[in-house]
Amino acid sequence: MPKGAKPEDQITTDPSKPAQRMRAGSMTLTWGPWIVAAVLLIILPYIFTSNSALTIMNQMWITVVFALAYNMLLGQGGMLSFGHAVYAGVGGFACMHIMNNTDFFSSFPLPLLPIFGGLFGMGLALIVGAFSTRSAGTVFAMISLGVGELIAACSIIIVAFFGGEEGVSGDRTYAMPFFGNEFLQQGDVYYLTAFWVFVSAALMYLWSRTPVGRMANAVRDNPERAEFLGYSARWVRFYSFVASGFFAGVSGALFAINYEILTEENLNAASSGVILLVTFLGGVGFFFGPIIGAIVFTLVQTVLSLETELWAFYAGSLFVATVMFFPGGLAGLIMMHVPPLRLGKLNLLVMPYIKTLIPAAIGILGLCSLVEMTFHYRHGATGDHEMTLFWTTFDSHTLLPWLVAGAVALGGILVARATAPSLKEAWDEANTPGGAS
Amino acid sequence: MELILVNLIDGLVTGLLLFMLSAGLTLIFSMMGVLNFAHASFYMLGAYFAYQISLALGFWMALLIAPIIVGVAGAGVERYGLRRVHQYGHVPELIFTFGLALLIEELVQFIWGKNQMPYDIPDVLNFTAFAIAGNSIPAYKIFMIFISVAIFIGLLYILTKTRVGMIIQAALSYPRTVEALGHNVPLIFMGVFGVGTALAGVAGVIAGPVLGTFPGMAFVLGSIVFVTIVIGGLGSLWGALVASLLIGWITTFAKSYNIEMEDILNGIGISTPENLSENVFRDIWALTSPQIADILPYILMVLILIFRPAGLFGKRES
Repeated sequence: MPKGAKPEDQITTDPSKPAQRMRAGSMTLTWGPWIVAAVLLIILPYIFTSNSALTIMNQMWITVVFALAYNMLLGQGGMLSFGHAVYAGVGGFACMHIMNNTDFFSSFPLPLLPIFGGLFGMGLALIVGAFSTRSAGTVFAMISLGVGELIAACSIIIVAFFGGEEGVSGDRTYAMPFFGNEFLQQGDVYYLTAFWVFVSAALMYLWSRTPVGRMANAVRDNPERAEFLGYSARWVRFYSFVASGFFAGVSGALFAINYEILTEENLNAASSGVILLVTFLGGVGFFFGPIIGAIVFTLVQTVLSLETELWAFYAGSLFVATVMFFPGGLAGLIMMHVPPLRLGKLNLLVMPYIKTLIPAAIGILGLCSLVEMTFHYRHGATGDHEMTLFWTTFDSHTLLPWLVAGAVALGGILVARATAPSLKEAWDEANTPGGAS
Repeated sequence: MELILVNLIDGLVTGLLLFMLSAGLTLIFSMMGVLNFAHASFYMLGAYFAYQISLALGFWMALLIAPIIVGVAGAGVERYGLRRVHQYGHVPELIFTFGLALLIEELVQFIWGKNQMPYDIPDVLNFTAFAIAGNSIPAYKIFMIFISVAIFIGLLYILTKTRVGMIIQAALSYPRTVEALGHNVPLIFMGVFGVGTALAGVAGVIAGPVLGTFPGMAFVLGSIVFVTIVIGGLGSLWGALVASLLIGWITTFAKSYNIEMEDILNGIGISTPENLSENVFRDIWALTSPQIADILPYILMVLILIFRPAGLFGKRES
C-alpha cells in the first residue's frame, strides 16, 4: 500500500470483504504461469551455474514447498500454527532413517523418497490434527505451539530417533541408481528438487480448487455458516491440516536429500517462526504469495547476511512493517496493480512512484547506515574505528559520516513525505474507471 | 520434610514470577481478545532497562523507573501498532505481536550485544535470610515473594474496590455501554495494556539478577507464560494465579526428585526388557523427571486443551 493510502483502497485479505478476496484471488491463474514456471525451473541452472547459486536455489525451492504447505493452513484455512516446522522435521528425520537403512535404501530410487517424507509428516498431522483442529484461532495456535515445543524438546530426549544434539546424518548416494544417476552432483539434486517443487505446487494448487479446498476458505471466513450448510468445520480443517502436513513432510524430505543431515534446528520454534514470517511476507491471500515470500526471503537472507550482521534486525523490521502497513504482503502489493492495469491507467503511476519511492528508498538506506554506524560504534573491536559502508571507508568515531548519513536519511524521508500526496492522487485517479486524465 | 519445604519456597518464587507476567497477559487478553506474544519481551526490556539504570542510580531507582519506561513503551505499542492492526482481525494481531517479539530481541542484541549482562543482586539483599536443614534461603528470594504478593494484592484491590477498577471491569465486558456512559474506552485499553506490560517490566527487574539478563531470556520464559494462562483459562486472573503456582511447583519438584520412568513402568507391572540398549524404546525407559521437567507444562497444556479447552478457571471458549 503506498504511503497515505487508506486500507479500503487495497484488494487484499480484508476479513470483512471476503467477496473481494475471491475476485482478486488465484482464480485467474491458467496454464500460462505453470508453463513459464516449469521452463524457468529447467533453465535456471544454465543461467546461474555456480555451485553456491545451485545451493541457494535448492534452499529456495525447499522453502517454497514448506511455505506453500504452511499457507494451506494460514491463508486458505485461517489456522495460525506456531509449530509447523515439526511436520517438516519429522518427515525429514524419517527419510534420514530410510537412508541409513542400507538394505532397503539400496533397492529404492531416491526421487521417490519425498513421498515417504510426506507420509510421515502426514501421519504426525493425523495424530495431532485429531485434537488440534477442533477449533481455529487462539486455541489452535496454542496447541500448535505446545505440540511444537514438546516434539522439539523430545529431539534431545529421544536420541534413538532424533539423534540428540548432533542430529542424524546419512548418504543419499547409497540409493538405487535412478536411470544410472546416483545424485552425486549438486545439479542432479537441483533437478530432483525442482521436479518435486513443481509437482507439489501443482498439487497444492489443485487441492485449493477442489471442494475441500474451497470449503477450507468458507470455514476460514465464516465457520458458523459453513456448519449451517451441513459441512463440519472441524473435518474441513482436519483435511487441510493433514494435507498441509503431507507437503511439509515433502519439504523435510527434500531438505534431508539436499543437506544429508537433520538436527534439532529443523524442528524448533525458530524454524516455525521463520516459515510464518516467509509466508506472511509473501502474502497469505494469494496462492503464489508464499512462493514470492520464499524467494525474496532466501535472497535477503543469503545476500544481506553476507553484507551485515544485522540482517535479522532488518528482516524483523520488514516483517513488522508488512503486518502493520501491507497485510496482503508482497503478493497483495502486486495484485493491487491489477485494477489500474485493467483500466489501462498503469502508466499514470510511473512518475509518482519514481518521485516518492526513490527518495524513500534513499532515506531508508540512510537510516540503515545510521543503524550500522551505531552498531559499529558500540560493538566494534576497541581501536577499530574504520568501517566500510556502501563502498566508502571512513572513521565511525568522527562526526562527518554521522551528519552525512543523518542528512541523507532525513532528506530522503522528507522528500518522500512531500511527494506522497501526489502519489495518492495519482493512485486514486488510476483506480477510477473512465475519463481520460 | 525439610527438602519439601525448600522446594515449596523455590516453586513459590518461580510461580509468583510467572504470575506477574501472566497476570498482565491475561488482563490484556480479556480486554482485547488477543494474546500478546511480545509480553515476555517487555519482561526482558524491564531487566535490561533496570540494569542500565542501576549502573547510574542504583537498584531501587531501577525498580521504580524501569517498569514505568516499559509501561510507556507498551502503551505506545498499543496506541500506534496494535490499534492499527486491529482492523485486519485477530490473526494479523497475533502475527504482529509475534513479529514485535522478534524485533525486540534483535533490538536488545543490537544495543546490548549477545552476552549476558553483569546485572547482579543488590548488596543490601545479598545475604542468607535463614537456613532449613542446611539449605540456605537467600534474602532475595524472600524479597521476590514479598514484591509479587504485594503487587497481586494491589492489583486485586484496584480491580475490585476502586472506581477505576470498576470502570475497567465494565469496559472488559461491555465496552460499548461504557463508552456510551462517557468513558474513553480506547484510553482505558491503552492504560490496561501499559499497566500489563509494566507488570512484566517489574518481573524483569526482579528476575534479571536471578535468571540472568541475556537476549534469550524472553524466549525462555515467553512460551511458558502462554502455557500458564492457557492452563488457567484465558482471561481469568485467579486461573493465572493457580496455574502459575502449579507450574512453579511441578517443575521444581520434578527437578529435585529423580523419578525414573523405569521405576514407574515396573511399578505398574511392565518389566524391563532384556538387553535394553538394543531396544527401540530405550530412550523412553531411560527417562527421568529432571529431564522432562521443562516440558511438563506443555504436556499439561495439551492435555488441558484436549479435555477442558476453556482452561481450569476459564468461562468461555475463544
